Amino acid sequence: MKKISNPQALRQLQETLKKDFDPNKKLVTICAGTGCRGYGCIKVKEELETEIKKQGLDVEVRATGCFGFCEKGPLVVIHPEKIFYQQVKEKDVADIVSKTVASGEVLEKLLYRDPDTQQTVLKEEEVPFYKKQLRLVFGQNGMIDPTRIEDYLIIGGYSALAKTLSEFTPEGVISEVKKAGLRGRGGGGFAAGVKWEGSRRAHGEPKYVIANGDEGDPGAYMDRSLMEGNPHSILEGMIIGAYAIGASEGYIYVRNEYPLAVLHLTMAIAAAKEAGLLGKNILGTDFSFDIHINKGGGAFVCGESSALFASIEGRAGEPRAKYIHAVEKGLWDKPTVLNNVETWANVPLIITRGADWYASIGTEGSKGTKIFSLVGKINNTGLIEVPMGMTLREIIYDMGGGIPNGRKFKAVQTGGPSGGCIPESLLDLPVDFDKLYEVGSMMGSGGMIVMDDKSCMVDVAKYFLAFLQEESCGKCVPCREGVRRMREILEDICAGKGKEGDVELLEHLSTGVADGSLCALGGSAPNPVLSTIKYFRQEYDAHIREHRCPAGVCKALITYSIDPEKCTGCTLCSRVCPVQAITGEKKQAHTINNDLCTRCGACIESCKFDAILVK
Amino acid sequence: MVNMIIDGKNVAATEGTMLLEAIRGAGISVPTLCAHESVSRSGACRLCVVEIKKGNRTRIVTSCLYGVEEGLVVNTKSDRVQNVRRLVMELLLARCPESGLLQKMAQEMGIAPQLRFALDTDKGTCILCRSCVRVCEEVVGVSAIGLFARGSHKTVGTPFMEQSEACIGCGACAYVCPTDHIVMTSTGDKRKIWGRTFKMQACSKCGKFFAPVDQLKFISKKTGTSFEELSVCTECR
Repeated sequence: MKKISNPQALRQLQETLKKDFDPNKKLVTICAGTGCRGYGCIKVKEELETEIKKQGLDVEVRATGCFGFCEKGPLVVIHPEKIFYQQVKEKDVADIVSKTVASGEVLEKLLYRDPDTQQTVLKEEEVPFYKKQLRLVFGQNGMIDPTRIEDYLIIGGYSALAKTLSEFTPEGVISEVKKAGLRGRGGGGFAAGVKWEGSRRAHGEPKYVIANGDEGDPGAYMDRSLMEGNPHSILEGMIIGAYAIGASEGYIYVRNEYPLAVLHLTMAIAAAKEAGLLGKNILGTDFSFDIHINKGGGAFVCGESSALFASIEGRAGEPRAKYIHAVEKGLWDKPTVLNNVETWANVPLIITRGADWYASIGTEGSKGTKIFSLVGKINNTGLIEVPMGMTLREIIYDMGGGIPNGRKFKAVQTGGPSGGCIPESLLDLPVDFDKLYEVGSMMGSGGMIVMDDKSCMVDVAKYFLAFLQEESCGKCVPCREGVRRMREILEDICAGKGKEGDVELLEHLSTGVADGSLCALGGSAPNPVLSTIKYFRQEYDAHIREHRCPAGVCKALITYSIDPEKCTGCTLCSRVCPVQAITGEKKQAHTINNDLCTRCGACIESCKFDAILVK
Repeated sequence: MVNMIIDGKNVAATEGTMLLEAIRGAGISVPTLCAHESVSRSGACRLCVVEIKKGNRTRIVTSCLYGVEEGLVVNTKSDRVQNVRRLVMELLLARCPESGLLQKMAQEMGIAPQLRFALDTDKGTCILCRSCVRVCEEVVGVSAIGLFARGSHKTVGTPFMEQSEACIGCGACAYVCPTDHIVMTSTGDKRKIWGRTFKMQACSKCGKFFAPVDQLKFISKKTGTSFEELSVCTECR
């Protein structure tokens, strides 16, 4: 692409590109996010192209970023009608092309079917999963090919940058972002504008802006999908931020386990540079700014700001005390603004549509929308974007479709491994930064892990503490040793070796670890323990006092048996049992030898008659 | 000078210094394990925590890294502070039950080992204060040892735990180690440390073996002083 020499030229280019883009033209978009790639969407895409060519049609097949509804991938949308097909296989392609693409005929079997009413839904926006969403940041993913800057320009991309450079002073940008009430999407929820202002005022050159794409929470992948699906929106936000702060250099810290994100960001940076939107004299002004990609080794702690700086500087990813803020002394001790990728992607929206509009969305203290990754025991696994203040119930039941297999909801863990578990009694809690904190959890980067009544909350706490023990950098004593000891106690409780007073000891350790740790990893590590004690104390007591795991999870505390009334003697369980603990004659009720049984659960999964009992 | 209130007393301190020095200067004792005078501060042990008050907000900070500030109200003995210090000692005692220093400090603080923690047997007396790593990098300038792995697997050692070519056998690490975890033995013309045996240089005047040859070579290269000149022990110089 030719260098765009000024903001006016950008507008002209966008108009020209739009002219070539007829919204009524046939177009097939296919989600090519990591989830759908796992389902084989690339083969479906190739098949679509081959078939379209074979049938002599002139229709573009566009591999786009993630649509969010990962549960039902691969996802295909036929434009302009916006017919939404789900779970598309290669074998469906011939029909899609000859019927829907060629003549507009709808294939019922590929439409989303409401599990309750069995009614099919034609369009994406009418699917319950999407209906209540407000996809301001994430919505463009489904329309653009993230490897083509032109696609981003057509939907108005880089207009916010042009507007910034022609209409705003740096201070004006900061005041707009402050007025919008944008808070950091990475976990802390710190006011972005205040951070920017601090860095603008700080002395020291050069100044840096950094996008944190180190997303490391188990089950969270919204940042990944944003980097993969709409990399230019992050770049545009960063460039605007750099202008406001007076930064000349930027970094995107992305974990190397996200190869597609690295690739798309690399391509986006190259394309933006070529177009004069990044690099020297951006859009013909005297503002210059460059962005580098820094690939992280996948350490959870590197999402912590000072550890992230250490990692970029080439040292081990260990946090340091932050008594002098990063806005004054961050990367290489220079003024630095670090924001999460989602925060950066919100910036162009604020500039384009105004702070007042932005501040009208959300709650009093939390403005705008938030992307959540909805995972665990939930019917509709995927990424959703909702206005702040939506209740957990709406998210889990209306969008998430509730709990699979008719089981009962038990808890939702928000905020990643160091967030907290929220019980059913708080399902009507409006989700925003402050409300989640009040109930002992946090927003974190937006992970939501839903658990049903088959989840043991002591086991859940143990799992998260084990994760945090492994991911602690090991620098300070409370986190390195304290989290380990907490995990050991939880392990004992799960193994039936819990002692009276263990819960109190866990609480005591929690206070010391939270107060004494160097960084937020240790500071928030006790959350899963404290929140499960707070809301599910009876489960701890059952483990410790009665040596019983009410959810039937902790292997040392449960036994399997076979209900002779239900068992048909089909022999399937005895065949799948890896330790030959199940015996019985054909068509006769079987029995389990508990001395041999390892409680692996293979028999439960295999039994079609629900005859295996867990006590 | 800045004025602060520490444990109810008015204390003046020089701008740019750390709270730890101001507190100790006021005659108040603060336990530390990782704040060695010859190396930079790391804030790893957390024993020196204090509670500070600014406006209505109080928080726990490590006094070794927190700079003095005008008007700061510092509490070095609050319940929160004691709670963190006691926990750190309990955790370190369980990690290094054999350490005489930790036993002594715990006794002074009135702390008995927490029975619920299983005592470690594989950590020696290393508390991971990283004074050795810092002295090797900052003072000696060879970075022969470093920290490996993370979380509870963290250890100090030479790269891949193999004999280090970078090590000059100076023993600064053993010298700064507060718990005598690093073992260095010097017998006759040999010194052993970090799995390597170093040849010792005899003093050209008195004949006493006084420093590893590798260390003298390193100093000679770094300072330009001839090896011969360096081959005189400090007593004969």
